[in-house]
Amino acid sequence: MRMKNAAVSFFSGVAFVVFLAAGTPCSAQIDHNITPVTTTAQSKVGSMTGHAYGVVDSGAQVYRRYCVGCHGPAGDGNGENAQWIDPKPRDFTAATFKCRSTPTGTLPTDEDLYDSITRGFVNSNMPSWRPLPPDIRANLVAMVKSFSPRWQTEKPGTPIQITAETPVTIESVLHGRELFQKMECWKCHGPAGKGDGPSASTLTDSQNNPIKPFNFSAGDRFKCGATNADLYRDFMTGLDGTPMPSFADVIKPEEAWDLVHFLRTLQPMDTKERELWKSYAAAHKTDIKPIGPDTGAQ
Amino acid sequence: MKLSRKGTVNIRWSLISSFFAFSFLVIAMIVGDSQPAYTLPIHKVNAVPAFARKYGLPCSACHTAWPKLNDFGTAFRDRGYQIGNDRDSPIWQNPAYFPMTARITPNWHLEHTTNQPLDSIPGGGSGSTTVSGSFTQHGFDLSGMDFWLVGTLYKNISFSLLPSSDPTAVWHFENAFVRFDNLKGSSWFNLKFGHYELNELISEKRFLFLSSNGGLYQSYHFNPPGDSNNFGLGDNQSGIELMGHNANSYTRYSISLLSSNEGGVNFTTDVVPGAPPAGRTYDVFATFDQAFQLGHDSMAASRIQGFVYAGQRPTNYQTSGGAPLVGIDNEPFYRVGVAGDIYIGKLDIMPFYVHGYDNVYLGASVPSSGPNSVLPTGARGPSWNAGFVEFGYYVNPQFVAIGRYEAVRMQTQALPTNASNYGNIDAYSIGYRWYPFMYSRAGLAFHNEYSITKSMGTIPLSGDGVGALLPASTASNPLPIWSSSLMIGFDFDF
Repeated sequence: MRMKNAAVSFFSGVAFVVFLAAGTPCSAQIDHNITPVTTTAQSKVGSMTGHAYGVVDSGAQVYRRYCVGCHGPAGDGNGENAQWIDPKPRDFTAATFKCRSTPTGTLPTDEDLYDSITRGFVNSNMPSWRPLPPDIRANLVAMVKSFSPRWQTEKPGTPIQITAETPVTIESVLHGRELFQKMECWKCHGPAGKGDGPSASTLTDSQNNPIKPFNFSAGDRFKCGATNADLYRDFMTGLDGTPMPSFADVIKPEEAWDLVHFLRTLQPMDTKERELWKSYAAAHKTDIKPIGPDTGAQ
Repeated sequence: MKLSRKGTVNIRWSLISSFFAFSFLVIAMIVGDSQPAYTLPIHKVNAVPAFARKYGLPCSACHTAWPKLNDFGTAFRDRGYQIGNDRDSPIWQNPAYFPMTARITPNWHLEHTTNQPLDSIPGGGSGSTTVSGSFTQHGFDLSGMDFWLVGTLYKNISFSLLPSSDPTAVWHFENAFVRFDNLKGSSWFNLKFGHYELNELISEKRFLFLSSNGGLYQSYHFNPPGDSNNFGLGDNQSGIELMGHNANSYTRYSISLLSSNEGGVNFTTDVVPGAPPAGRTYDVFATFDQAFQLGHDSMAASRIQGFVYAGQRPTNYQTSGGAPLVGIDNEPFYRVGVAGDIYIGKLDIMPFYVHGYDNVYLGASVPSSGPNSVLPTGARGPSWNAGFVEFGYYVNPQFVAIGRYEAVRMQTQALPTNASNYGNIDAYSIGYRWYPFMYSRAGLAFHNEYSITKSMGTIPLSGDGVGALLPASTASNPLPIWSSSLMIGFDFDF
């Protein structure tokens, strides 16, 4: 009898509190906090279709669980943690993204966004979300697309073609070094690629926040991927929203590969490019002109 | 004879009903005043849990419902509490940053246990006899407290230090270890050294049950009645662990070499003073688990794990003047089983199974050598099967309903005179947790839980009892002892 009374009291309480706690404020908080431009955004990533709304663990629900603290309920990068974060979280309402396979100024593909979420961004608070199931990441892509009207009026750009990598030779490295000098990459990235060029301290992003050029000598992986092809793509697409422009109209594909091969020599890893450069530099100490102003580097 | 009479029962439940009404009123007030989470006054509280403060991520980034880890939280822990973006070393943190979090649960709870040997006259004395009765206690209380420091000492060197107290502030070290992560640049090699939780797929330290009878897995702590083995799968152990995982922690393994001291200190078998001395043998614990996505609308990946624990425990002691010094005459035992964490939509189902075996000398509590090494006739090594099915239904990230059924069944009794069901356990738990706000600085959960256990001839593992009623309940004729817990509390992490 006593246990029966206990059970009745308990379950009555559970039902009442479930009704109050779950039925009203919690469900209301999920959507009312988030203010997208559209609730019909979708994404196509491989065989997956992501949904911003309308499915279990939709983009809205998952965005709230994982992303809203930094990117904010409106997707404008003004989450509660944004004030503490450097670099600042991405503003999805501008639909401007660094890591794309598409030409500068165009929208990225869904795969680009998916890869960014999966990879995370080195030297920032954006972690790799690879542990989340793929469908959930696809839903997040749909949610990211829901914050800007651009996705309703524009289509993503056509991904650039990445040509076959040229052989890694000392000639390629040296030509890349010439391009590094000629195209004044050193002004931001510094003569030794340490991110300490004369213009480095003046750089700002599209939100007018200070931004640092990439420091190759730290050995960090690149923001948009770790491979040579990823670095090639960065040259050709540029990193929109940052001072890093696209060189697609300036250099030829084989020159881009030469630049890739040279930049690898600036990193502290044991790579074929670095080995070639070290051997060359040891044998031609007096012939090498330093990179920087008023020199003719070779 | 029953000590509890109908009149007192009615009064008691009247009080309980009143308390329910009061608690619901409080909730109604909170709910009625609810606003979107970001406008809650508590949003301005200047206090931060360790990782939320360090990385700016909300609790929900790592927890399905804290403290239970989700896929991202599992990977984060496996990487040595690092997100891997070259911002993990303390050098990147503001010097004022301190990797500390505190957790405690002020609560009201009711405990009720049946078939207990009680004095017929309270206070005992002349004329009092031992009778079967029930006792009930309820009131406001505190849980134990965790004061957890955890993080990185350097890139790829992490640590954890968890002083934990009981409600009276008697402290012990729940864990304390240093971990060398990503050895040789590979996530497949991570070395942990110290005192730590075993790498179990279903963590008893991170589950969502808090009541006296529900706040432990019976399967993790069961040993047959009369057995001298004090091992518990749920107890943190001391040793060294090699652990590895792939990039998303969907494939994981671990191998631990552990002292046979049950996580004790000073070569004893417990973390509190006065425990028996430990043996000089070492245990081994090995696991392998694999995750996979089940369907296209699951809130997390599903996981399965196989595990085996093998070790030895002393059956005798080297002594001085009769006082035990070192455990000797060690005899083997093992636990082997499988666990799962299956997500179907918003439903999380966690099945668990373990088979246990203890050597006959452990089971009969008899030294395995020497003049006292005389086993009772027909004695055998005890074995048993145990398991549970637990569920959590995530209505949304701020509300989870929880439940569990658990069973322990003896397979082989150590003594042939024991009844086949002596020591068997059935346990049921149900409840829910409501997180009134979700952000990246602190956590609060309203916790409501009811748990009940039936143990045959023994007091429940919760300790809510004084023993079986003799001679009515014996090993050959055990009576069921029911023990229930009702708990309402505010679980906060700061």
